[in-house]
Amino acid sequence: MAKQLDQNKKLDIDELMKDLDTYHPPRKGWTWREAAPGIKMGPFTYKGMSKPLKKSIGLPASKYFDNIDPQPSCVITSEIASGRFEDDIRRMRMAAWHGADHLMVIRTTGQSHIDGLMEGTPEGTGGVPITRKQLRASRKACDQIEEEVGRPINFHSYVSGVAGPEVAVLFAEEGVNGAHQDPQYNVLYRNVNMYRSFVDAAEAKKVMAGARIFQIDGAHNANATAKAGWLVMPELMVQHGINCAYSVMAGMDKNLIGLSTVPPDAPPAPKLWYDLPYAIALRDFFSEYKMRAQQNTRYIEADIEEAVRTHTIDTLISMLTSADIQSTITPDEGRNVPWHYNNIRGIQTVKQTWAALDGIKDFLTLNMNGPLGQMIRDLKVRAVAFLEEVVESGGYFAAVEKGFFVDSAKYPERNGDGIARDSKGGVGADTLVARDPDYFAPVCDHFGNNKLPAGVKKACDAIGGCTLCKPEKIVFIDELDAEDNVNVRLAATKDYRSGDLLKPEAEWAGDGTVLLQFVVPDTEEISREAALEMGRKLGLADPQIVNMMMMHPAEGTFVELKGKVQFDVKKSALKIPPKEIILPEEEIRDAIKKLGIHVVAATVGEDEHSVGMREIIDIKHGGIEKYGIKYTYLGTSVSINKLVDAAIETGSQAILISTIISHNDVHRENMRKLAELCKEKGIRDKVVLIAGGTQVNRDMAAETGLDATFGRGTKGIHVANAIVKTLKARGVL
Amino acid sequence: MADDRIARFEKRQAELTTMSDADLKDRFWKLCNQVAQPIADLAKTHTSPSIERSVLLRMGIDSVSTHAVVTRILEAGLLGKGAGNVVLKLSKKTGKDLRAAAQAIIDDKNSLNGLF
Repeated sequence: MAKQLDQNKKLDIDELMKDLDTYHPPRKGWTWREAAPGIKMGPFTYKGMSKPLKKSIGLPASKYFDNIDPQPSCVITSEIASGRFEDDIRRMRMAAWHGADHLMVIRTTGQSHIDGLMEGTPEGTGGVPITRKQLRASRKACDQIEEEVGRPINFHSYVSGVAGPEVAVLFAEEGVNGAHQDPQYNVLYRNVNMYRSFVDAAEAKKVMAGARIFQIDGAHNANATAKAGWLVMPELMVQHGINCAYSVMAGMDKNLIGLSTVPPDAPPAPKLWYDLPYAIALRDFFSEYKMRAQQNTRYIEADIEEAVRTHTIDTLISMLTSADIQSTITPDEGRNVPWHYNNIRGIQTVKQTWAALDGIKDFLTLNMNGPLGQMIRDLKVRAVAFLEEVVESGGYFAAVEKGFFVDSAKYPERNGDGIARDSKGGVGADTLVARDPDYFAPVCDHFGNNKLPAGVKKACDAIGGCTLCKPEKIVFIDELDAEDNVNVRLAATKDYRSGDLLKPEAEWAGDGTVLLQFVVPDTEEISREAALEMGRKLGLADPQIVNMMMMHPAEGTFVELKGKVQFDVKKSALKIPPKEIILPEEEIRDAIKKLGIHVVAATVGEDEHSVGMREIIDIKHGGIEKYGIKYTYLGTSVSINKLVDAAIETGSQAILISTIISHNDVHRENMRKLAELCKEKGIRDKVVLIAGGTQVNRDMAAETGLDATFGRGTKGIHVANAIVKTLKARGVL
Repeated sequence: MADDRIARFEKRQAELTTMSDADLKDRFWKLCNQVAQPIADLAKTHTSPSIERSVLLRMGIDSVSTHAVVTRILEAGLLGKGAGNVVLKLSKKTGKDLRAAAQAIIDDKNSLNGLF
């Protein structure tokens, strides 16, 4: 049983690092969500949702719907790549609270060319160095987080490169639940020797199958790489097909083989005309396999909102077809290493789209008789013809040598820009060794010829059990580098993690990163330099422009500028207003009943806003009426004079004003005037004076002479509570 | 040559277009298996340094040692026997446990002499 987390406390990194040498994950293998068709949540019934979380944070608008947080039926992925696992685990917790249950840790740049395992906890670039210690600490954190949110978390990384079999064993031993594994990826994008890559892959896949690790392939990289990503679709089907067939031969269960598939296009292209036929063709051919729907990265620029809009449509494609896993791309991927709050934005894009379009297939049927059916068929025919040409050319390896793959033309046309590899070249060339007739590997989950000695039934019986059967045999290596390790990093950032200091952060504790958004009213050339100068004048270290958008060639440029603040804020020096304690509802009702409270209410000044006040008073919005308060509502643009007169006439015990407009501080002026007028008329001690508005806050009561003042997010109960408390303090109750 | 390819494609396209959806799918998977099978056969009969290191890991030998051990065994021309097999044989011959046998291979390359 994992340690129970307190939601009001940060993950305890010291506790996580303790006893790691003996920690083994309590469970292994992939977990799907528990479907809950027809689930009722708040006022609604849902078609395509799963069992809700024990603890979670809903979409911002959920407060209008009983704070429900419907969870899509598909697994939701968030990719995490800060380079420091001690910060990644905090981000995992944030992501889990927003609804991610597949946390994919990106590896540090270059790890796929390291011939062997890395150990310790060195810092990475664009990801973390995957090591036993890092995996174990992260899995331990996930074990605690999944208890906290009430749903299993699938922890994921990559089995690629020239150490694939070793990485697969490491993952199986440490309870990693999902992994990318595709020998074609190594060959095409990492220039690993093709024979080595495939022979290693069979072993890696066999090990993954034994640990029930879910596999994701690498085909999506072709549309992230090819110049015209929307044309490579027949080839993508071929790449998926080869990896699937090979994986099954290596012993994998089809239920644990996922296709990494991306809607290949993005607006302003007519996205649906490419993405939908492709999505359907793929799901037809691969009906026995799982779909991991990824969002588009090929055409993502630095503009966050543009990325979110494209990703929303990507999610629509998933809903019109199917997705077992919906992956999210952080919308800032086009401009920097993802920042943690953008992990959350990616998850929200899926949650929001999935809830909005819940049950869409009950309303819509796709028309297969028109162009859609023809396009699907055309893709399938081209994919089959592609495979026939592969066979005709002498098989897979020959086809790769001839540059069949990642050519940006639509098959069978060729642009000649495909990735061709020499079968005798690449990393790890000439390293395969033929197995002798008496070849023997005394371990479980080993692929291929294995001559067991006479009398041995299960391979690892020969050594009294392998690490997959007896985890206590695993050797844990702590740190190999005295300088580059987590202890050194934690010591350097201690004050920000558990001490008194605060700094803004985007990636790591204490990174100090902030983002500014503003318009410079000039051309792009001038705005760029001006924005950097503004950043420097604000005292930001290392100001950099992450995005610019022309408003008009001459009128102005929208600029997003990041930089690092050079100061700390001390928590102990902050004045935190005491939390308002709300009386129990029963007590409020009883008091109101006893005194028969009546109030007058209005929006004051030249101000026509009525919504805020209606929400405070009306019973249907949970307003003060609900607690038994009677009211006279005078409307909007009411003068203070008229309101005070009405209070006197009706014998009201309280006056409520709403003041939204705040130009020239008119809201403050209205509040002061109310207090003064009541004094003049001699009723100040007989009435409770309350003001509210979007630019009002709790501190303004003392300053303006009122009894209570309220800002955004105020509910009727807060106002009823203030009235009762004030009357109590005056001894009326 | 390029024209030949396109012409061959058009011929295939004409044939494939007449097939039912189910037959087309069937053909797709037959071809995928046809492409993958010889590669799987290659994998069954071959091994690599990484595969052998992964075997040693499963035998409870640490990642730093597995590297050195597999290099030694490769140099001795014995990788085709299986690195795990080699370590196990030496362990039995010398009475050392697996980790000690692995260490012995690192310490003295002559320890592999006459094992097979």
